[in-house]
Amino acid sequence: MTELNSDLEHPVYNYKVVRQFAIMTVVWGIVGMLVGVLIAAQLAWPALNFDLPWTSFGRLRPLHTNAVIFAFGGSALFATSYYVVQRTCQVRLISDRLAAFTFWGWQAVIVAAAVTLPLGLTSSKEYAELEWPIDVLIAIVWVSYAVVFFGTITKRKTSHIYVANWFFGAFIVTVAVLHIINSASMPVDMTKSYSAYAGTVDAMVQWWYGHNAVGFFLTAGFLGIMYYFVPKQADRPIYSYRLSIVHFWALVAVYIWAGPHHLHYTALPDWAQSLGMVMSIILLAPSWGGMINGIMTLSGAWHKLRDDPILRFLVVSLSFYGMSTFEGPMMAIKTVNALSHYTDWTIGHVHSGALGWVAMITIGSLYHLIPVLYNRERMYSISLINVHFWMSTIGTVLYIASMWVNGIMQGLMWRAYNQDGTLTYAFVEGVAASYPGYVVRVLGGAIFLGGMLIMAYNVYMTTRRDVPVQVPATSASAA
Amino acid sequence: MDINDLRGLSTLFLFMAFIGLCIWAYSSKRKKTFDEAANLPFADEESAPDEPQREQEEKQQ
Repeated sequence: MTELNSDLEHPVYNYKVVRQFAIMTVVWGIVGMLVGVLIAAQLAWPALNFDLPWTSFGRLRPLHTNAVIFAFGGSALFATSYYVVQRTCQVRLISDRLAAFTFWGWQAVIVAAAVTLPLGLTSSKEYAELEWPIDVLIAIVWVSYAVVFFGTITKRKTSHIYVANWFFGAFIVTVAVLHIINSASMPVDMTKSYSAYAGTVDAMVQWWYGHNAVGFFLTAGFLGIMYYFVPKQADRPIYSYRLSIVHFWALVAVYIWAGPHHLHYTALPDWAQSLGMVMSIILLAPSWGGMINGIMTLSGAWHKLRDDPILRFLVVSLSFYGMSTFEGPMMAIKTVNALSHYTDWTIGHVHSGALGWVAMITIGSLYHLIPVLYNRERMYSISLINVHFWMSTIGTVLYIASMWVNGIMQGLMWRAYNQDGTLTYAFVEGVAASYPGYVVRVLGGAIFLGGMLIMAYNVYMTTRRDVPVQVPATSASAA
Repeated sequence: MDINDLRGLSTLFLFMAFIGLCIWAYSSKRKKTFDEAANLPFADEESAPDEPQREQEEKQQ
């Protein structure tokens, strides 16, 4: 293992923990997306449930979401935040041991999730399914993470705290608050607990958590990645630092209110639904402010996109971010939600953010990061990065488009009435009509997963000391 | 004054806080500080000679 190679150690920074998290990001990305492709195939061909409880859709779906969000996305956030906080504060992490604890603790959480979820042990809260002993471990690891991150900031050598660290900081603090409050429960035994909240309040706490897991885990954290890696890869400072400050405060102040849009037309009081809707629409402004700030960083240097597939990953991820943060507020409008809610449109929207934004910005930043961490000039193969870029883009577009078609079709079929007031379609007719879309989704997901496998090969070849980097035909311009 | 006045005032307060933030961020007094801050991702390159991508690109230009 090159991990043990002492000549990789940086004189100032702790790159070991960054390397560990970076490699595990690729590993968990493949695992999580593989489970995703499997459950997508189960919806098209139900025989793939294998008639076993452990491999049924209901148990594997939370395994997929936990693996891609918390294992893949979480490892990416740990890796990049530890890297960025050291580089922009110009100081080593405050404690190597505590940082190592967060790595092994987080891996233990992931393994525990991979064991308990297929066994059917779940608190049944979406994106917070893990039972209470694992929740306790998450809380301990997360507080340690906060100590390492903020401790490092307190002993920084620079006077200013770079904006990426503000976003990482908001992500760390808010996720701690969300996780601890939403996971509050009364344990019955080691594998069973009941939520501390009841009825509508439980639903509201759950979606306050759920939407802010999107807002702070999958948005603020990855915006932290954006604010460091886009300027770095484009080799020019962020378009407007002032805009980044307004962006930060507006985003964190508004996101926290958007949760009720998950509960339109439920028992939640109508005023709370309307408040959630209005705040979700307002959210478009800070979201697009951030997207514009990222994309405009390339202003005057657009030619770099032509020959740098890493930069292309980063910029296309921002385009998907802009697209899904326009789609989200639109879907939060109650009348639109009446059509879209409970259909596949929601799943398409989530994956436009998850594949297009979160995964693609992660992949782009890893292609920047891995050569630095392994002291190589660049990735083993730039042309394979280009292949990966096109596979990711095509896979994401196939996924989103098929779910748009399915979702709008389902919504229209469910609300269709005959003249005598009876429903035009039985539910199962909507399921049967969704079959082609489900097959296209499997294809899109499989292409995206294939790209991750190419990345794994490229990363492996980059980490091997004995393999020289491939020089692309267009000389070194691709770096 | 009932609770609803307080709710209205809190909206007004947040709106003013937002305007204040914009004025603060875009004030010309802070331009220099923010320009320095924006360059922080590139500031540590002497202590970290392992940044081949940037050096390489500089050579090309």
